[in-house]
Amino acid sequence: MLLPAGFLDSFSGAVDFIFNERPSVEGSTQVGGLGQIWDLTQVHLELSLAAMAAGLLIALPLGIYLGHRGRGEFFAVAAGNAGRAIPELVLIAFLIAFVGTGFLNLTIALAVLAIPPILTNTFVGIRQADRTAVEAARGIGMSERQVALRVELPLAAPTIMTGVRTAAINVIATATIAPLAGTLTLGDFILSRNVYGDEGVLAGAILVALLALATELGLAALQRAMTPKGLKLQRAMS
Amino acid sequence: MNLDFRLRSLLALLAAMVLALGFAACGDDDEDEGGGGEGGGESALIEANPENEGIQLTIGSKNFTEQFILGEIYAQGLEAAGYTVKKDLNLGSEQIALKALEEGEIDAYPEYTSTALTSFFEFAPEDVPSDANQAFEETTDDFEKLGLVAHPPTSFSSANAVGLLAETADELGLESISDLEGQSEELTLAGSPECRQRIDCLLGLQENYGLEFGKFTPIDIGLRYEVLDKDDADLSILFTTDAQLYTDPDMYTILEDDKGVLPAGNILFVASQEAAEEAGPDFASTVEAVQENLSLEVMQELNSRVDIDKEKPEDVAADYLRASGYIE
Repeated sequence: MLLPAGFLDSFSGAVDFIFNERPSVEGSTQVGGLGQIWDLTQVHLELSLAAMAAGLLIALPLGIYLGHRGRGEFFAVAAGNAGRAIPELVLIAFLIAFVGTGFLNLTIALAVLAIPPILTNTFVGIRQADRTAVEAARGIGMSERQVALRVELPLAAPTIMTGVRTAAINVIATATIAPLAGTLTLGDFILSRNVYGDEGVLAGAILVALLALATELGLAALQRAMTPKGLKLQRAMS
Repeated sequence: MNLDFRLRSLLALLAAMVLALGFAACGDDDEDEGGGGEGGGESALIEANPENEGIQLTIGSKNFTEQFILGEIYAQGLEAAGYTVKKDLNLGSEQIALKALEEGEIDAYPEYTSTALTSFFEFAPEDVPSDANQAFEETTDDFEKLGLVAHPPTSFSSANAVGLLAETADELGLESISDLEGQSEELTLAGSPECRQRIDCLLGLQENYGLEFGKFTPIDIGLRYEVLDKDDADLSILFTTDAQLYTDPDMYTILEDDKGVLPAGNILFVASQEAAEEAGPDFASTVEAVQENLSLEVMQELNSRVDIDKEKPEDVAADYLRASGYIE
């Protein structure tokens, strides 16, 4: 696709919006600038972290248990797929009926989004842990619990982290709609064009993209750090 | 195989005919319900003018129910007058609609006097004339500079309004927005995210009424009644033409805007000058004709048929035009 005329102007306008305060479209108040962006970024991150924490807390133990026992493959995969199919906005509207608007509601809604990739990847990662290593662990007298947590889990770490990365990107990108349910995040810039103008919308999109990118890079580094030495060697050799 | 096949096709044909009859019967029922128009009396029928044939018009609208219905009403009316009409009825905000109009993507769309004045022409909401015709006069020069022309406004207006459950209003003794003074700090107000920074919304309530609210909850405007029903907010920003106010008139109370901060908007059909000239005199006369029977109640009813009864804006608009005698 060709760049629309004036794209560069809009882009520099968006960058200006990020660094300098300006009057709103109606001129009735000051908007933009690092102060407001920092406030909204903080809430955006808090919300995403809370949702990821809740998602990990549920999906990780469940995935390890199911994967280790080799049961519930259907459940793990179906839950994963179904979770992905629920439109987030519907979920939020649904939750408003039970927990009301605001942070808690959104944390639950985003956690539902975070669970599927983590659950599926944990299950698969644990299932596919090297069988000879698992047998060896049993052979030296490890309990089932020890086998799961000390052998299978480290071996599954890279796969699990791939799921965590997917979940984190989804959550950060989707936290953009939080201003529609009571919590102001960076999505406010994108949703309130009448206040921030086109440049504000673009600035919001750029900021969310940067946040997602930074998260992806950070988690990729973490993933490398968490990969057991043995697995790295194995890969280097193959 | 052959006989079987023929028998089956015959059966299928029969079934199709029965179904078609069934649908036709339903269609007849709908006609009687009408769009709540007052009937018109003398022949208001719009006649197709052969001269208009081949003139293509694209009618746009913004992205909410009332706009879809209005877009359909104008589009179908113009079609009845003989124009070839295309519809582009989901343009988003007024900024996007205006851009589409200026760039020739659409030829016309319905706007509101107050929105035009405050969003396009930098009027402060308190400067928006309460008289619709005066407000319309104010827009004409500015629209002309943009190469656009506005048609005379409808008789009714729609506006943002501060609403709440009737029982809460009784409990707190609230009738007008000024009554909120001294109480607002314990109340939660819900509105679209942009409401915070708009002078015809929260910002205006703060600056012109001096009200501070306990909390402002940004929500999707689709949830504006839901938050009241679920007790998630005490007050919510509603619209005067909302369907819910028609179906449940005793359930909700609208607080009177005694300082005139939430400007009222009458519908203004805005077209590009070029398209309007090309379309000839029937264009303006059709536009003015089809909106004649639109009143606040009719608009609420049409909105409720789409929002609550889930009818299609297209059908609701056609019913209105038929009941008013504009089309057959």
